[in-house]
Amino acid sequence: MTTLDNSRAHELGGHGHHEGSYLTPKGGFWTTVWDWATTVDHKKIGVMYLGAVLFMFFLGGLAALAVRTELLDPVRTIQVAATDAAGKPLLDAEGKQVMKTEIVGQTLARWIPPKDEAKLGTVDYGNQLYNRAFTLHGAIMVFMVIIPSIPASLGNFFIPLMLGAKDVAFPRLNLLSWYIYVTGSIFAVCSILIGGVDTGWTFYTPYSTTTDAEHANVVLMVLGAFILGFSSILTGLNFIVTVHKLRAPGMGWFDMPLFIWAMYSTSIIQVLATPVIGITLLLLVFERMFRIGIFDPSLGGDPVLYQHFFWFYSHPVVYVMILPAFGVISEIIPVHSHKKIFGYRAIAFASLGVALVSFLVWGHHMFASSGELGATVFSALTFLVAIPTAVKVFNWIATLYKGSIALTTPMLYALMFLFLFSIGGLTGLPLGALATDLHLHDSYFVVAHFHYVMMGGTIITFVAGLHHWWPKMFGKMYNQFWANVGAWTVFVGFNLTFFTQFFLGTQGMPRRYASYVSEYQTLHIWSTVGSYVLLLGFLIHLFVFIHSLVAGRKAPANPWGGLTLEWEAESPPIEHNFAHEPIVTHGPYDFETTVPPHWNAKDYPLPHLPANAH
Amino acid sequence: MTTLDTRSNPLGADVQGGATPGWKRYIPGHHWRTADEEFDACTLGFWLFLATEVLLFAGLFVGYTIMRFKFPDAFTNGSSYLDWRWGTLNTVVLLLSSYTMAASIRAFQLDRQKQGKILLSATFIFGLVFLLIKFTFEYTPKLSGWFIAFDPALPHYASLIDGQALGGLFKHVEGYGGKAPGQFFSYAFSEDPWEPLWWSIYYCATGIHALHVIIGMTLIAWCFRRAVLYKAYGPSHYTMVENTGLYWHLVDLIWIFLFPLLYLIH
Repeated sequence: MTTLDNSRAHELGGHGHHEGSYLTPKGGFWTTVWDWATTVDHKKIGVMYLGAVLFMFFLGGLAALAVRTELLDPVRTIQVAATDAAGKPLLDAEGKQVMKTEIVGQTLARWIPPKDEAKLGTVDYGNQLYNRAFTLHGAIMVFMVIIPSIPASLGNFFIPLMLGAKDVAFPRLNLLSWYIYVTGSIFAVCSILIGGVDTGWTFYTPYSTTTDAEHANVVLMVLGAFILGFSSILTGLNFIVTVHKLRAPGMGWFDMPLFIWAMYSTSIIQVLATPVIGITLLLLVFERMFRIGIFDPSLGGDPVLYQHFFWFYSHPVVYVMILPAFGVISEIIPVHSHKKIFGYRAIAFASLGVALVSFLVWGHHMFASSGELGATVFSALTFLVAIPTAVKVFNWIATLYKGSIALTTPMLYALMFLFLFSIGGLTGLPLGALATDLHLHDSYFVVAHFHYVMMGGTIITFVAGLHHWWPKMFGKMYNQFWANVGAWTVFVGFNLTFFTQFFLGTQGMPRRYASYVSEYQTLHIWSTVGSYVLLLGFLIHLFVFIHSLVAGRKAPANPWGGLTLEWEAESPPIEHNFAHEPIVTHGPYDFETTVPPHWNAKDYPLPHLPANAH
Repeated sequence: MTTLDTRSNPLGADVQGGATPGWKRYIPGHHWRTADEEFDACTLGFWLFLATEVLLFAGLFVGYTIMRFKFPDAFTNGSSYLDWRWGTLNTVVLLLSSYTMAASIRAFQLDRQKQGKILLSATFIFGLVFLLIKFTFEYTPKLSGWFIAFDPALPHYASLIDGQALGGLFKHVEGYGGKAPGQFFSYAFSEDPWEPLWWSIYYCATGIHALHVIIGMTLIAWCFRRAVLYKAYGPSHYTMVENTGLYWHLVDLIWIFLFPLLYLIH
């Protein structure tokens, strides 16, 4: 494949300056560190985001495992036979067994003993720890992992490459958003270190204005989320302008890869919705520090107003989480089945459609706290979301039909996505319908539903995209076999963890409780075991990636046969992405009529080799 | 194609020093084909940013609307403590500043450096006047009861003056202060139980707006510095001063909405 590339370079009259890849160190250790810390190269910023996001994923994952471990055993206050120092049963003067009260099932309290002796062995202390664990899990995973995962890491790296540009529109702003992200995350981590937050990730008033009144941790966490919002806004703004202004010559709007369309729609939501959460969280901080009363009924304010503000952002943001995943899937499926995407325009417009509808459905998070008429209207609007999403799923499946599917790791993950996301989407319907929602809301059914969508949708796709673009990002192949083993382990672990929770929810297990009746214990144990399997799966992936970086074979420029512009660049790309500005002469998915750039028969066969290919 | 490759700096750069004006030596960032495209992109990006600012204030306006519907009397009552004349004066000051800002951009586009710089500094001074009026004649007396000696409202409360500070520069009026937001509200003669909420909205809205005025003034000062040091703006390159202008107009526009909503309710 290198020969092909060189010959092409000569044809175009290459001026022979050989740049190293963007990963080539600029000098000694500290020079390189300084170079990365001050870089405005979108690729390096993407990689730095990737590192930061994966670290936060690790922290959020630890919190999740803590939650699941606590739930192995229900917290219960029981009467047990007291024993003396020698271990014999303790009897009173009449010879009757002395009983004592004991609390069982508090795993977290055993690990993290309270500083205050008086709290030792109380139900409250253990419950508070549990509340903190699930709040941390939620806040970290939403604000610091899922929202920036695909857009900030893969998006930063690949949007300019796919558009044939040298960089994003505002490179310095891009670096600034990374630093803002890190600052926000540091605020959140500080909040954890000084005791954590137990308000739930939604920071609902009045919990968030009254709990831990003497501590700064809630303020720190809320400010962290506020700061992260700026990072999100600036990234989105940068991407919108990049898409508008930096497309390669010959690339019209409908010649753009679908990942770009998805990222464009995502960015619109980020730019339009995030300021609202910004002012909301700012008012919350004021409320907490100065008791201004806007969300406090005793001063005339309205806590439900907070919910409206919060979900006016946080519902559209659900699509900030899932739309990039749609984009990644729209890349992986045609490339790994070597077939033109079915319904290009339908998918592109569906992305915009989802972005539009996303602003009209926030009330479905508040069925229990809003009036009947409002709830009915929001319920009806909610079902509109199903239309563009289903359009996409049908298009992906139609693309697979009669394609020559290669079961590579990214493709395996993409197929898992289709399966998991469909379950997640369909279980959303009973939650959107008022009658069934009354039974299911705030139960484990909801927990299972949004994990199928957020994790089965976004995180699974993030990992899929990482495997799809890993060779391009780092120039190394990974061990497909072990990556597939990891994928299957994640799949099994995921379903074990969350499918059980659908049953728990329909049987009435409410979310956010450390204790439960013992009938639920079997399912909880299955779910917890599943979460450990999930951990194992991610550890396998971690080792596969580390192995690839250390000992992986050099990746060809186009290992899967993709037609989008990033596959024309070297693996890893040179500092300025392309030796020559690419000129777009074919569509991003014209597999029937185009020989992929850097094509080599050893990497993959060409299913539809055109007659004039050689 | 080759022109792209000769430029390796990812950021736009105007080399400092030398006799040639900065705007003539400006080189766009390496990923732009022409300086015009870079300018268009910056302006588009800035308009998007302005949209986020509008949405930020939209949250405050929604809060205002809901609270006013809930407690109309508290709002009319609270508003009656605001002097519409200060509000009007500040509106005029900001409108004038918007004019000088726009005129300054035009001056730089025509390479009238001196005129541009004068207009830029006039804009900065108008911003300063706005803040001074806001803090000296509105925030300070309402929060603390301390009036500056030449406040035209002071003679009205002459009989209630119970103290002075800084050699008579500030005078304290008994019972006037305490119109603070939320739990800090301690105004003794309040006529409506929900009045603290009105002050919360008032201070949040005008305070966040004042913060924007300060940010805008910082940008203007930065533009001024660059214009003085190396004639950074001229006919072919005036991106930053243009976008600072856009920002300043937004600050003005938000005040145009805040003024009637806060000062003119009866």
